[in-house]
Amino acid sequence: MSINLFYVPALLVFVALTVYPLISGFQMSFTNWDGYSAARSFVGLENYARLLQDTTFRQVLANTVVYGVGSTLIQQVLGLALALALDRPMRGRGVLRAIVYLPVLVSPVIMGTMYYLLLQYNNGALNDLVGLVGAGPFAWLSSANGSVAIIVLVNSLQFVGLSMIIYLAGLQSIPEMYYEAASLDGARGRQLFAHITLPLLRPAIATSVILNLIGGLKLFDIIKVLTNGGPGYSTNSVSTFIGVTYFDAQSAGYASAMGIVLFVMIMATTLALNGLLNRRRLDS
Amino acid sequence: MTLSRRAWGGVVGVFLVGMAAVQLAPFYVALTVSTKPRTDLSSRWLPPMDGIYWDNFARAIERGQMLTAVKNSVIVTLLATILVVVLGALAAYPLARRRTRLNKLVFLAFLGSLMIPPLSVLVPIYTLMNRIDGVNTYWGIVAIMVSGQLPLAIFLYASFIQTIPISLEEAALVDGANRFQIFFRIVLPLLKPVTATVVILAGVFIWNDYQMSLYMLTTSDMRTIAPAIGAFFSQQSSNLGAAAAASLIGLAPILVAYLFLQRYFMKGMIAGAEKG
Repeated sequence: MSINLFYVPALLVFVALTVYPLISGFQMSFTNWDGYSAARSFVGLENYARLLQDTTFRQVLANTVVYGVGSTLIQQVLGLALALALDRPMRGRGVLRAIVYLPVLVSPVIMGTMYYLLLQYNNGALNDLVGLVGAGPFAWLSSANGSVAIIVLVNSLQFVGLSMIIYLAGLQSIPEMYYEAASLDGARGRQLFAHITLPLLRPAIATSVILNLIGGLKLFDIIKVLTNGGPGYSTNSVSTFIGVTYFDAQSAGYASAMGIVLFVMIMATTLALNGLLNRRRLDS
Repeated sequence: MTLSRRAWGGVVGVFLVGMAAVQLAPFYVALTVSTKPRTDLSSRWLPPMDGIYWDNFARAIERGQMLTAVKNSVIVTLLATILVVVLGALAAYPLARRRTRLNKLVFLAFLGSLMIPPLSVLVPIYTLMNRIDGVNTYWGIVAIMVSGQLPLAIFLYASFIQTIPISLEEAALVDGANRFQIFFRIVLPLLKPVTATVVILAGVFIWNDYQMSLYMLTTSDMRTIAPAIGAFFSQQSSNLGAAAAASLIGLAPILVAYLFLQRYFMKGMIAGAEKG
C-alpha cells in the first residue's frame, strides 16, 4: 500500500471544492445563466466584452486597486514605524504591541460595526471630536471618494499589527554586530537605517507587501458593513460586486466572468510580486 | 535640522500612545454605546451616567440570537479546524518525503490554489452546494472552510516535516516498522509546534469568516457570529446599542483566547505570513 494514500482525502476535497468550481465557473462565464432557471445558453465572450464596456465595473475595478495599493502603502509606513518604535526595550512595550495587534484577530464585521459608531453622522464619536475644534459635523460615509478613503483607512488600521509583527521579526533577525561595525566606521542614525536596517529588512518588506496587497485586492467584509457598496455601487470591490451581480442582479454568468477576472488579477499580482521581490522559491 | 535625543523620544512616545488610542477607540465606543439606552444622546465618549443599561445585551441575545451564533461558530470552527489539521498533516507527509514527479505536481497544485480568492468561485460553489443541499448546513460550510484552509496547512506541515532529520524514520524502518507506523508513532508527535501555528491560522480565519458564511448560512438558526452580526446590524440601524452589544458578545470569545494565548497568536501569525 502506497504512502501516497495519505493525501487522497485532501486531494478529494481539493478536486471537489476547488478544481471543479474553478472549471465550472470558467464554463459559466461563457453563458447567460441567471443562476436559478434551467435555461442557459452559450454566449461566447459576450460577458467579458460587457465587462470592458461596463462603467460601473470600471469604477469597481478602480476601487479594488485603491483598496489594495492604499492599504499596502499605509500599512508599510505605519507598520514599520511601529516596529522601529517598539523594537527597543521600554516600559509598556508588550502592552502596546498587544493593543496594536488586537484588531488583527477580530472579525472585520465586528470592527466595521464598531467603526460605524465612530463614523456615523448623528451623534457619531468622530464628529464629537472634530466638533471640539469647531469643525463639522461631517457625513463621513456620504460621498464615494470619502467612503473609499475611509474603508482604506479602517482596513489599514485593522491589519497594521500584522505588518508590525512581520517587521519586528525582521528587525530581530538583523545581527547586532552589523550596527556595531558600522558605528565604529562612524555611521550615524539615519545612515545606519538606510544602509543596514532597510536592505536587511527586504524579506520582511516582501512578505508584508504581498500579504497586504493581496488582502486589499480581496477586500470584502469591511465594505459590506460600512457602506454595503454604496452610495449606489460606488464603493464596491470586485469581491463584493460579484455577490451583488449574482444574487441581486441575477446574472450568474456575468458574475462568473467577474470571478475569473478577480482570480486572474490575484494570480498575476502574486506571481509578479514574488518574482519582483525576489523571494526564495517556495518549492524544491 | 536634527532633534535632540530627548525630543525625539517624546515624538516616538506621542506616536505610540496616539496609535494605541486610535486602535482602542472603536472598542471603547462600542462599550459606551452598548451600555446606554437609545434615548441617551450624550456623547459616545462618555460612559453611561445613569448606570449600565443591560437591555441592549438582552435584545442582542433574543432578537439577534447571538448565543445561537456563538454556538454555531464553535461547532463550525472546531470541526473544520480538526479536519484541516488531520487532513493537512496526513497529506503533507508523503508530499514532503516522497518527492516523485507526481507528488511534486500535487504539491504545486495545492500551493497554486492559495491564489484563488474565495469570492471568485462564489457562483459555482453556491450552485454546487445548493444542488447537494449543503446551504444552511454545518457540513456544507465546514467543507468549504476546510477546502479553503487546507493548502496553507499542507504547505506549513510539509515545510516542517522537511526539517525533521530523516534518520529517525530510517532507523525505525530498519527496525521493521512500516510507513504508517512511522508516521503515527514518530512523525506525528514531532508536529506539535507547527500544529499550533496551523490551529491558530485556520481557527482565526474560520471563526471570523464572513465572505462565504454570508451566502452559505442565511437562516438565523444556522448563522455563525460574523453573518449574524452583519444581519442584526443592518436590521438595527435605529438601535445601534443592540448592534454594539452583539459585537461585544461576538468579540468576547476571541478576546479571552487572546488574553491567555497572546504569545502563540503572534508567533503563529508570523510563521504563517512568512511561509505563505
